[in-house]
Amino acid sequence: MPDMLSVALPKGRLGEKVYGLFAAAGYDCPALLEPNRRLIFENPENGVRYFWVKPSDVAIYVERGAADIGVAGKDILLEKAPEVYELLDLGMGRCRMCVAGPRDFRDDAAHVLRVATKFPRIAREYYAAQSRPIDVIELHGSIELAPLVGLSDVIVDIVETGKTLEENGLTPLETVVPISARLIANKARYQFKSGEIRSLCGRIQEILNRKEQL
Amino acid sequence: MIAALTPRERVSLALRELYQTYGYRQYRMSKFEEYDLYARNRNFLTDDHILTFSDLNGKLMALKPDVTLSVIKNTRSESGTRKLWYTENVYRVPRHADSFQEIVQTGLECIGHVDLYTMGEVLMLAARSLETVGKDYVLCLSHMGILTGVLRSGGVPEERAGELLTAVGEKNLHTLRALCGEAGVPPETAELLSRLCALDGPAAETLPELLALSLPAESRAAAEELSDICGLLPVFGEYQVALDLSVIDDTDYYNGLLFRGFVAGAARPVLSGGRYDHLLHRMGRSGSAVGFAVYLSELERLLTESRDCDADTLLVYGPEDDPAAVAAAARAAAEQGSVRVQLRGEGGAIGRRRIGPDGREAE
Repeated sequence: MPDMLSVALPKGRLGEKVYGLFAAAGYDCPALLEPNRRLIFENPENGVRYFWVKPSDVAIYVERGAADIGVAGKDILLEKAPEVYELLDLGMGRCRMCVAGPRDFRDDAAHVLRVATKFPRIAREYYAAQSRPIDVIELHGSIELAPLVGLSDVIVDIVETGKTLEENGLTPLETVVPISARLIANKARYQFKSGEIRSLCGRIQEILNRKEQL
Repeated sequence: MIAALTPRERVSLALRELYQTYGYRQYRMSKFEEYDLYARNRNFLTDDHILTFSDLNGKLMALKPDVTLSVIKNTRSESGTRKLWYTENVYRVPRHADSFQEIVQTGLECIGHVDLYTMGEVLMLAARSLETVGKDYVLCLSHMGILTGVLRSGGVPEERAGELLTAVGEKNLHTLRALCGEAGVPPETAELLSRLCALDGPAAETLPELLALSLPAESRAAAEELSDICGLLPVFGEYQVALDLSVIDDTDYYNGLLFRGFVAGAARPVLSGGRYDHLLHRMGRSGSAVGFAVYLSELERLLTESRDCDADTLLVYGPEDDPAAVAAAARAAAEQGSVRVQLRGEGGAIGRRRIGPDGREAE
């Protein structure tokens, strides 16, 4: 197996957009866009191999060296704190991590705040920085339901348009951190492929700069 | 005899030989230390977990999660420079694991008076340790003084320095720029930090680049020291050395030279070390120290041979066979290679060839 650059892409719309960026930077792999269920795609001509993985797993593939580089949301990077290089902010998949709650919510400092979230680490760090004691309730989906049925006081979750919140009578109260997709690299693999990875980053950065100017 | 060694044992022996060649003496320690030693230097340890128990006198003891702290504790500063190597079991919760593991750690420490030659020697031993593990390796060098000098000259307050260094450690230029903006770091300092953060590659190319930057005095001294140490290495031999200023560590313990070793095929660094005068001083010792540890556990996969068979010869006998005939056949086969003797019908073992007690090929 020649030393190909292996890239973990997040499955879904964001991944397809990211692939477009990589293709424009000289790493195209036409087989990737064929409609089938394969998970690995290679283009030996330009020495690249792509995998489709669940977005929240990208950082694991990269940290453990199964992929040289990958694209992961800042939310996952903050939550899992993988030991990887964060080389570029791709500016895609922009959204923000918010505290959200009922429109008339008032934080009663006398009580421990109950926070439902998929991101316990982010929630803990955010409130620890404010010295606010909280009770983290870790959920895996439909976070918006928690305050409606009295499971929690507020939620910490990703907000894109705020529509789901609104339809459920909730509203963003505070922004914890802005989120976007980041290009990450395995620290050991980088040592052996730094030239290639750096030149790829340079080309992608150029494309992003050109887009910004338009 | 040598053929019976596993790749890992062979690496261990080769490292021992290497360190002894340069006059390092083996350091042995007990499995336990007083918990206090680790509690006082908690941030020096790679993880927060320490396995503790009460000794008969009620003292809280710990199964050692680290060796360096014990080496320092048990080394008198007046006894001159000590050159030591060790291979010890430590008890840690590795990243991604959810229980304690016994990990073999091999390492080398030089405590007392550390000068340019000594750093060169330790670096050479680090490079040769990596070479022992895998021919395709990179030893990445950095120097804490370069970044701390830039931060100090830019007047960056202590409480902001930590997050800036973290961003450098992630090669996270976009965050580094944003943080510099927020913290009001002067633009020329911010620019210098970005340049340093992005500086990596073979030492022969990157060192001149580093020295060409306009650095504050403290950083320049550090960069020149790094360059002098690198200049010493070719005298020992040819090594794959790179510069990477994103290699950083806790400034409470480390100062000066810092390095990490990578081997193709391993996803994490397999060697880590540096100059740790600050740790020495924190523990009430004077002088200077440099050392490194090799994490053979990171190489589990790399150093495990997959065997396609259990023995060269599989000798199969039946209950009707004369045990003396089986013994004679086993002895004859063992003279030519390895043999596994097994009752017919008892599956499991695989041999390159299969014979019966008469020495003839069996089906």
